[in-house]
Amino acid sequence: MSETKSMNQQGFLNLFLTAGCDSFPHALRKSFLVAVWFAFLTFPIMVIKVNTIENTVVWHWHKIGYLAVAVFFGSFIWRWLLARKELKKDENREETRIESLLTRVQSHPVLKYLALGVLAAAAAVFPQVFNLYQTNIMISCLLYIVLGLGLNIVVGLAGLLDLGFVAFYAVGAYAYALCNMHWGLNFWFMLPVGAVLGALLGILLGFPVLRLRGDYLAIVTLGFGEIIRLVLENWGEVTMGPSGISSIDRPALFGVKLGVIGSTHYMYYIMIGLVILTIFSVNRLQNSRIGRAWLALREDEIACQAMGIDKMKTKLMAFSLGATWAGMAGVVFAAKTTFINPASFTFWESAIILSIVVIGGMGSIRGVIAGAVILILVPEYLRDFAQFRMLLFGAIMVLVMVFRPQGLISAKRKVYEYKVNTAGAANE
Amino acid sequence: MNNPVLNVNAMSKDFGGIRALDEVDLKVADREIVALIGPNGAGKTTFFNCITGIYTPTSGDVLIDPSAEGRTVRINGRKPNHVTELGMARTFQNIRLFPSMTALENVMIGTHCRTKASIWGAISRNPATRREEQAVIQRSYDLLELVGLENYVNELASNIPYGKQRRLEIARALATDPFLLLLDEPAAGMNPHETKELERLILKIREKFNISIMLIEHDMKMVMSMSDRIYVLDYGRMIADGTPEEIAANPDVIKAYLGEDHDD
Ligand SMILES: Nc1ncnc2c1ncn2[C@@H]1O[C@H](COP(=O)(O)OP(=O)(O)OP(=O)(O)O)[C@@H](O)[C@H]1O
Ligand SMILES: [Mg+2]
Repeated sequence: MSETKSMNQQGFLNLFLTAGCDSFPHALRKSFLVAVWFAFLTFPIMVIKVNTIENTVVWHWHKIGYLAVAVFFGSFIWRWLLARKELKKDENREETRIESLLTRVQSHPVLKYLALGVLAAAAAVFPQVFNLYQTNIMISCLLYIVLGLGLNIVVGLAGLLDLGFVAFYAVGAYAYALCNMHWGLNFWFMLPVGAVLGALLGILLGFPVLRLRGDYLAIVTLGFGEIIRLVLENWGEVTMGPSGISSIDRPALFGVKLGVIGSTHYMYYIMIGLVILTIFSVNRLQNSRIGRAWLALREDEIACQAMGIDKMKTKLMAFSLGATWAGMAGVVFAAKTTFINPASFTFWESAIILSIVVIGGMGSIRGVIAGAVILILVPEYLRDFAQFRMLLFGAIMVLVMVFRPQGLISAKRKVYEYKVNTAGAANE
Repeated sequence: MNNPVLNVNAMSKDFGGIRALDEVDLKVADREIVALIGPNGAGKTTFFNCITGIYTPTSGDVLIDPSAEGRTVRINGRKPNHVTELGMARTFQNIRLFPSMTALENVMIGTHCRTKASIWGAISRNPATRREEQAVIQRSYDLLELVGLENYVNELASNIPYGKQRRLEIARALATDPFLLLLDEPAAGMNPHETKELERLILKIREKFNISIMLIEHDMKMVMSMSDRIYVLDYGRMIADGTPEEIAANPDVIKAYLGEDHDD
């Protein structure tokens, strides 16, 4: 027993020290070279420090020493991770522990409702337990879950790379802000209107654009997103230009205007409702005739058409349905912040939503939720390290792409129920 | 009256300056099994692509008559999905399944053009949608059973052995409820035993669904034993057609094709 254990440990150490190389000296040399190269590259920013007041140069030689040592050991870890991934290639295709746990809970009749109950209770008491700041962060996380699930229909299910998703979000937000400013239309009326506007715009834009494929589609949608933002910025008479629209009404509860705390809590519950609605709809959609057509389209366009699926119609449905959720989320966003300007709808926003989908797991509802939680909540709680947020964001991206290209929680296919015919009966 | 279900008249297809198909004529009668043979690069797959709408023929007519009663429709230039809806379903030479969907789902895709659940139906799951969905599942399962894939129902298509993937493609094509099934080299990569089983399956499909079948195939033994008629394509030209016996005796064919192939 202890023998095998020590054997394993030895095997592990061996792998760690020589991963990706022929031998330990080779590995040492490789790591050494990497460290030197890194030291060389970062030399100008790490070591040389110009004191502009005294016009002297200060040399921080010790910094480069730390860096070289860190890179030296880091490269061992990196190679080991890569080698381990190679080793576990076949296992990787199986479910990870978290995934199988989720599936087991989901397929267990009692556990399933227990888990849902706990989740519901936690969601319900969240604003009571945590302070206003935390609740606000949670609201934006929920908002990104909705946006992510909407984009998931377009990118994850139908495989259409849309980099201008934020355009529909902006349209929803501005629709509510403008209608509220001019005609005092309320939130509950504008929520469905925002959804319909998003859908219409999706169809309008999708018609010419969806003839393009892959990268071309990505670039055109990116351009479209920027056009919408530029229009919002420059069409001052209507959109108030870069200064934006302020004092947008928060949603009122049965005509009663709530205070800041009350309305934040109210907003939170509205978002919970919207998230549930979104999960419910997307879940049903993805296991329906339409959802299967989206998947098929993503997998093989030619085969899909040859099986009788209207490519254009199916793509348009995905595109406009995704836009529907963006439109709704836009209305909520405007009501939540009570102030919007074009700066809220930059390409960066589209990129974050796309990252949520890609990192979480394309086409997987659980994955998108996990992605939103990680990418929105983690940076919020790391505000102390604000200057490293982008770095962290990038690091998460690279790590996920290298080690789990299918996303954190990959999509699982539904198992359908059917009647097995008695032998031979079907054949005659 | 016994009108041909598929009637191709003087169809040509040019790729730039290359004429891949040159005034090709071909007819398929109701419940007939027709084989299209020819050396590599003769234009057989191009022929399938032209009649199923993946390519638009440069000239000529593609006429179909699903009920074989003289109500002919010209389908040149129609989109592939429309052609499938009209009742011509195909398989691909280089298997084109949907790899990350299960075998059952692959077949369910085939029923898409025969069902009509909408977005609203999907979200609300009203009784009509539920009924339709259940019927689709059952029919798809039955088709899987027919082609002998009942053990792979919930397996991802990419995890299914090669020979079985070809059968899955046939099941998927059958799910579109065709009057003419087009098979592009269904026996490619199969061993003699599997080929024999495939032959039985194709004959069974004709009996069960009363449909016509057209196949491209390089396996001469299979072609000779199961086809009612054979067409021979060479360099985009139809050089012969007739019963297997006639084709086997045709000197042009032997020269162009069988001559090199029959030695082994
Ligand atoms: N999209 C295309 N563009 C240009 N040329 C093409 C195209 N498709 C096919 N061809 C050409 O048309 C000719 C016929 O090709 P096709 O694939 O139809 O042959 P085939 O009879 O199916 O051969 P095989 O037995 O190898 O499958 C070939 O010379 C091929 O290079
Ligand atoms: Mg071919």
